[in-house]
Amino acid sequence: MATETHEESTGLVFHPLDQFIVKPLFGEGPIHWYTITNVTLWMAIAVVAVLALFVFGSRGRAIVPTRTQSFGEMIYGFIYKMVEDVTGKDGLKYFPYILTIFIFILFANFLGLIPMSFTTTSHIAVTAVLGFGVFIIVTLIGFIKNGASFLSLFWMSDAPALLRPIIAIIEVISYFVRPVSHSIRLAGNIMAGHAVIKVFAGFAAIALISPVSVLAITAIYGLEVLVAGIQAYVFTILTCVYLKDALHPHH
Amino acid sequence: MEGDIAQLGQFVGAGLAAIGSGAAAIGVGHVAGNYLAGALRNPSAAASQTATLFIGLAFAEALGIFSFLVALLLMFAV
Amino acid sequence: MAGETTTVEHAADAAAHGAEASGAGMPQLDFSTFPNQIFWLLVTLVVIYFVLSRIAIPRIGAVLAERAGTITNDIAAAEELKQKAEAAEAAYDKALVDARTEASRIVAEAKAEIQAELDIELQKADAAISAKTAESEKAIGEIRAGAVKSVTAVAKDAAKEIVSALGGKADAKAVTAAVTARMKG
Repeated sequence: MATETHEESTGLVFHPLDQFIVKPLFGEGPIHWYTITNVTLWMAIAVVAVLALFVFGSRGRAIVPTRTQSFGEMIYGFIYKMVEDVTGKDGLKYFPYILTIFIFILFANFLGLIPMSFTTTSHIAVTAVLGFGVFIIVTLIGFIKNGASFLSLFWMSDAPALLRPIIAIIEVISYFVRPVSHSIRLAGNIMAGHAVIKVFAGFAAIALISPVSVLAITAIYGLEVLVAGIQAYVFTILTCVYLKDALHPHH
Repeated sequence: MEGDIAQLGQFVGAGLAAIGSGAAAIGVGHVAGNYLAGALRNPSAAASQTATLFIGLAFAEALGIFSFLVALLLMFAV
Repeated sequence: MAGETTTVEHAADAAAHGAEASGAGMPQLDFSTFPNQIFWLLVTLVVIYFVLSRIAIPRIGAVLAERAGTITNDIAAAEELKQKAEAAEAAYDKALVDARTEASRIVAEAKAEIQAELDIELQKADAAISAKTAESEKAIGEIRAGAVKSVTAVAKDAAKEIVSALGGKADAKAVTAAVTARMKG
């Protein structure tokens, strides 16, 4: 309804959120869970890109790597070092999971920056699955590894005795807010950037300000490239931090 | 008319929520500025704190994104 | 849609329905697409996870380990070669010094030998020269003595002949004495 209002009042066509619409690739009709949609397409492209980089790129197993292979090795080394630095040696067991999350978010973010593409990570449904998945897995790991002593994560034994229950309540709340902020941060950042680009693109319809608009789109696109990488990094490093809390809950 | 008042409320609310983005910008600036100040005082320790920097930036930015989300919800979803 | 609704709840309701019907509103909150997205996301994650954990991670890990091993080996080999090179250089230096001393020794020896030989030869040559000189002097003396004798004899004969030719009777004794006195003079 708001889009209609815009059209009536300004004459400009703003559809900043239309790019996020999920639609079936073949034909019309209701979207069932198995329907092949643009979500499927862009996730499949992400998988193909992962295959190209990590399987096709490293097929030579060269001691002196090719460019593609060395890029894959760079990502591998980057995440490996991150996991090792943040969670410690015992976190390396979970390195494949963390690499999977990082690779998926990185590729989805960057593929979403291709004009006319569909950004899978801009959807709350996708990031919520990622965020709550991390939350559930990390909580399970915490209880399996530490048993009931995992709850000492919420009990600050070095705080004044009077404040400890209050701090515990705050800690519990912040613990349960983690997956929400974790997933909304990613979806919100990506969605905000794409919507802003689209709004500026809407201004380009006015001849007088279209050069400014194009310049602004270029600048924001540059920012979005940065954000795409940083959000993947942030999501991954926060996963590592949560994993560290689960593995070593005693402060 | 009543529908128009509801719409007015939506747009005013969305505009107010957008203030939150500015507040988040202040927060992000604080994080980055303090990091830079600290890094210039002790450059050797700066490299080890980039992860913390990004986590801090992410937390500060997330709250701004929340307000942006509220604005979007008011504009498009309510 | 908006114009028809009166309250916020109704508006939300209508927006949700509208989103389902026409895709307006926030596509992110269109719950009818959630099962689809979640299903394909899980498929994608599982595929990526298996690709990474079965193929990519072992492969890249092996390559990195191999590279690290190769680099370590190469560095060790280079270290060894460097040590060898240093040893070879030391040996070369030593050989050079040895050769120098040997050469100077040989030179000195040769010099001494040559000097000795030279001295002997010089002495021999001196002796030979002096012997030759003495012999020559003797020969010259003999020749001179012979010459003096012959000159005396020739002079006597000549004097006798001249005296007799002039018509006088030459006294052999007087002529001899005169020639001898003359030869002395």
